[in-house]
Amino acid sequence: MSVVFKKPDALCDVTMHYCPGCTHGIVHRLVAEVIDELGIVGNTVGVAPVGCAVFAYNYFECDMIEAAHGRAPAVATGCKRANPNNIVFTYQGDGDLAAIGTAETVHAASRGENITVIFINNTIYGMTSGQMAPTSLPGQVTTTSPYGRDPRQAGFPIRVCEMLSTLSGTAYCERVSVDCVKNVMQAKKAIKKAFENQIAGKGFSLVEVLSTCPSNWGLSPLESLERLRRDMIPYYPLGVYCDKEPFAAFEEAAK
Amino acid sequence: MSDKILMKGNEALAEAAIRAGCRFFFGYPITPQTQLPEYMAKKMPKIGGTFLQAESEVAAINMVLGAASAGVRVMTSSSSPGISLKAEGISYLAGSDLPAVIVNIQRGGPGLGGIQPSQADYWQATKGLAHGDFRVLSLAPAGIQEAVDLMGTAFDLADKYRMPVMILGDGILGQMMEPVRLPDPVESLPEKPWATTGTKGKRKHNIVNSLYIQPEALEEIVRARYERYAQVEANETRVETWLCDDADIIVTAYGSTARICRNAIRAARADGIKVGMIRPITLWPFPSETYAAHVPHTKAILDVEMSMGQMIDDVRLAVGNAVPVHFFGRTGGVVPTPAEIRARIDEICKEA
Repeated sequence: MSVVFKKPDALCDVTMHYCPGCTHGIVHRLVAEVIDELGIVGNTVGVAPVGCAVFAYNYFECDMIEAAHGRAPAVATGCKRANPNNIVFTYQGDGDLAAIGTAETVHAASRGENITVIFINNTIYGMTSGQMAPTSLPGQVTTTSPYGRDPRQAGFPIRVCEMLSTLSGTAYCERVSVDCVKNVMQAKKAIKKAFENQIAGKGFSLVEVLSTCPSNWGLSPLESLERLRRDMIPYYPLGVYCDKEPFAAFEEAAK
Repeated sequence: MSDKILMKGNEALAEAAIRAGCRFFFGYPITPQTQLPEYMAKKMPKIGGTFLQAESEVAAINMVLGAASAGVRVMTSSSSPGISLKAEGISYLAGSDLPAVIVNIQRGGPGLGGIQPSQADYWQATKGLAHGDFRVLSLAPAGIQEAVDLMGTAFDLADKYRMPVMILGDGILGQMMEPVRLPDPVESLPEKPWATTGTKGKRKHNIVNSLYIQPEALEEIVRARYERYAQVEANETRVETWLCDDADIIVTAYGSTARICRNAIRAARADGIKVGMIRPITLWPFPSETYAAHVPHTKAILDVEMSMGQMIDDVRLAVGNAVPVHFFGRTGGVVPTPAEIRARIDEICKEA
């Protein structure tokens, strides 16, 4: 019997803890496929966040570090600077990356730190079961915005790709979605590019993946995908926000 | 070993770290330690090392964690308010069994406090640095030569016991200049098979982590760490005793304050008062046995600190009720004078 579909080698053969319908599994798989295709599992180091992906250190076959909440870009910076030939990626959720770790994110991007960031935006805190995230949409009901997120009281959701694309140091950021096969394919292309950029030494690359959280949204997996398309994509449009070579451009201009 | 050269404490600490094999420094400016990162910024690019000014103390200590995970010798330095910000990362270093060196050139507190020398972070360094059951090995040099010597020790002990080591100095130590002999650069560093350097396809993946979701698993790992701490207590406690054998009064102080006490003790001895000194060099582990050994022949102990009295808790635990433990301290950045300390010694003589 011939094998037509198998687990990527870069994924550990373990049971994941993610809820049914959660899209973390898809994104883990895409990252692992890219690591396999680039043949880099032996010199890749991943940095796991605090959030639903906290156990990611058990799911990837490469060396892994578990960072404090929000600090993954700083941990990745130290790790990458110590071994510049290694490929270092972080895998972070919206609370980790865009709330408690905003400074680490912005400054890693601003320094043009040569790392790859996989950013899962599902507009909610999943691990602590459903609180408001920095990316929760206006009107979104969560356990800490029980009457719906009121921008007058809780401010506006942050558009991370748009914000980071204004920085001179950011090489690449793209927002993708994993709501359908076509978008999953595009997400993989973006993740691959974000790793290839690091291999080429281009600098900070981030892929924002619009994701679902059926458990905490209180929707079925199918309804969750519909919500992603209906409510999230209009506020968080898909596409490439930034694709440049910051250091090459700077050095060219300085000539 | 170099010839004697005149160096500022902060710069000597930096040079000593480089000679101990440290090639990675992550920090953030804060008075009165800023010359340390400045020295690193000048030197590191010339020797293939990395100096990075982080966006915050929080980021700096997490960069230290990332580099420590990668198996290199790495350090950061700061002063009191900055160490509070690093507390989270130091807890994670301890919980992940990572070696790193942290320098605290203390200033007055709490809050923004002041920028003058202080020893008000003793409790922080030895007890409540951050959340969780853990220890930081704390070294307290009393002069620049000792600071230089202890820097190599700090890196060695951090690697040996896989734990964060703190050099607890103060604004005096950081800012003053003294002649020092610098050690020769270290030639070989220990292997770190646990480091996240990439599997190279030759081993199972290494994981650097402080999360153990099963209580029993976490308890087991913390207990194992405490067995290592017991080894540190048994093997690494350092203390200097001076003129203690016939002393009626034993002054105890650490760091710069011990230097000042030395003058007061000399003056008292010149007047026939038998005073000695116990100077802890490691604050954790605390040299309790040294105090206990001298209690039988002494009448009183005087603890002197640049704080409202923090080390005195450990002194009292070591001494019990055997003899009175007196205190003299200045705080907020005020440095005690030998005359003030001498006057306190005279008061104790009258009471005794």
